[in-house]
Amino acid sequence: MLDQAEASAPDRSTTKPVISAKSLDLTFQTNDGPVHALSGVDLDIGKGEFVSFIGPSGCGKTTFLRCIAALETPTGGTLTVNGMSPDEARRARAYGYVFQAAGLYPWRTIEKNIALPLEIMGYSKSEQDARIERVLDLVELSNFGKKYPWQLSGGMQQRASIARALAFDADILLMDEPFGALDEIVRDHLNEQLLDLWARTEKTIGFVTHSIPEAVYLSTKIVVMSPRPGRITDVIDSPLPKERPLDIRDTPEFLQIAHRVREGLRAGHAYDD
Amino acid sequence: MRAALPILTVLAAIVALWYAAVAPMNIRGALDVAERAGEDVVPAESRARFDQSVWRLMLNNAEYIPLGYALDRPRLPTPGQVGAELWKTTGEMALRGRPMSKRSLIYHGWITLQSTLWGFALGTVLGMAGAIAIVYSRVVNMSLMPWAIISQTVPIVALAPMIIVLSSQVGIEGRGVPKAIISAYLCYFPVLVGMVKGLRSPGAAQLDLLKTYSASGLQAFLKLRLPASMPYLFTSLKIGIAAALVGTIVGELPTGAISGLGARILIGDQFGTPLAIWAALFAAAILAGVLVTLLDLIQRATLRRMGMQA
Repeated sequence: MLDQAEASAPDRSTTKPVISAKSLDLTFQTNDGPVHALSGVDLDIGKGEFVSFIGPSGCGKTTFLRCIAALETPTGGTLTVNGMSPDEARRARAYGYVFQAAGLYPWRTIEKNIALPLEIMGYSKSEQDARIERVLDLVELSNFGKKYPWQLSGGMQQRASIARALAFDADILLMDEPFGALDEIVRDHLNEQLLDLWARTEKTIGFVTHSIPEAVYLSTKIVVMSPRPGRITDVIDSPLPKERPLDIRDTPEFLQIAHRVREGLRAGHAYDD
Repeated sequence: MRAALPILTVLAAIVALWYAAVAPMNIRGALDVAERAGEDVVPAESRARFDQSVWRLMLNNAEYIPLGYALDRPRLPTPGQVGAELWKTTGEMALRGRPMSKRSLIYHGWITLQSTLWGFALGTVLGMAGAIAIVYSRVVNMSLMPWAIISQTVPIVALAPMIIVLSSQVGIEGRGVPKAIISAYLCYFPVLVGMVKGLRSPGAAQLDLLKTYSASGLQAFLKLRLPASMPYLFTSLKIGIAAALVGTIVGELPTGAISGLGARILIGDQFGTPLAIWAALFAAAILAGVLVTLLDLIQRATLRRMGMQA
């Protein structure tokens, strides 16, 4: 079975994209008039890609992620996830979502927090236990299952929330500034861990961030966005290898990509003034 | 244990202040008693004493001040007198094997406690149900909430007799039910307000998270909103049970009831036995303290079981 699946696994470049947006629009009606959160967004994300969305506040990066998750409904254009509408994809458990705040329930242990989606989706108790053990191991929290969230550091809490998003085997992981509230050192460590986790699980990851080094370090594709209206100004396919030690950030290739991202962001800001 | 010293200091200050207040409060009564016993008091006539301030009377009749601490019907009884009366109507009767005698505050406290607990149960159920309806329905939120607030602006003393008359009109025997209704009327409001706040406490991200799991409304309620509301609920319940006790006592006051702590207070007033009033007051206060403490213990146990730092 497994061999067959591997043998027939088609080349990444020729397969249908996992997430596909075509001239996507989203306009919020507010008291101060319409706000164009997204305007004419075209983007294809292939299976197994690590895509970062970067841009200033109001550029629509989080809104785009929320559209993929069917938490917002676009007002124009088309958006498919695994070939389905975002709503259908959600019901098919296509993605796990990680918010900026870990959002663990204080009245549940780490184990029980990870069990939350599994309970809601109706997994059996033994299946729940097996999955909890597996994802706790993935985020290196195996000894902390019985702890309550307040007994863990901020970085550990965020790892637990990633484990929660991984527990039900969604192929797509959507992360909205998951490490934004953490300090630089913890962030570096979590970035390394996330790359490792991505390599092991082969998930497709959509990652919203404010940080240029973080975006360049993590991604196979960097989407630069700018505000008013929220739109994509540049898409950079990273030439960096899949294996990335932290010191890759000092190589000329890395700095070159970072430079291009910064230029893209600056262009977006010039439009602003 | 470190808290014991400050608590005892405050307690001692209150008792000292109370004892000090007894002298001016009871000087007139003490001089009346002394006059009737044929003693020399200044001025000799009760009418003339009426025109003088208590301070002047105390100054001119210093030797009769101690008499004010041992009156049968004092304006302000001493803490010792209240304590003795309380013991006489509770512990002593229990020791004599008649704790449920009509003259025992244990009996009257039990009557009041029953109505309080029924009212508390009814008020809590109503408050929680109202809160759930308010949180889940915009229409209910806009229609019910103003009435809930208005309901608390009507003085309960005015409402209590009406509830008793109306419930006897629909054929409800006895005072237990109307008293429980009055009690519930005071108790449901804090529960409602606290529960609404608690059920609404989860943030947008928390609700979005459940949406990404395609969780049903019932699942969101049971797994997120209800547990998140627990700390708020317990705070409200502690206010609610104290309000329920007040409601019951008010329900016993103007209604010709003969049993219950409220009835004891009213009867004490009518028969001019202040000691009985004060003993009933303290019995009510002790009862309220015990009930709130019990809820506090349940809260700690529950929140600890839920893993929250209580």
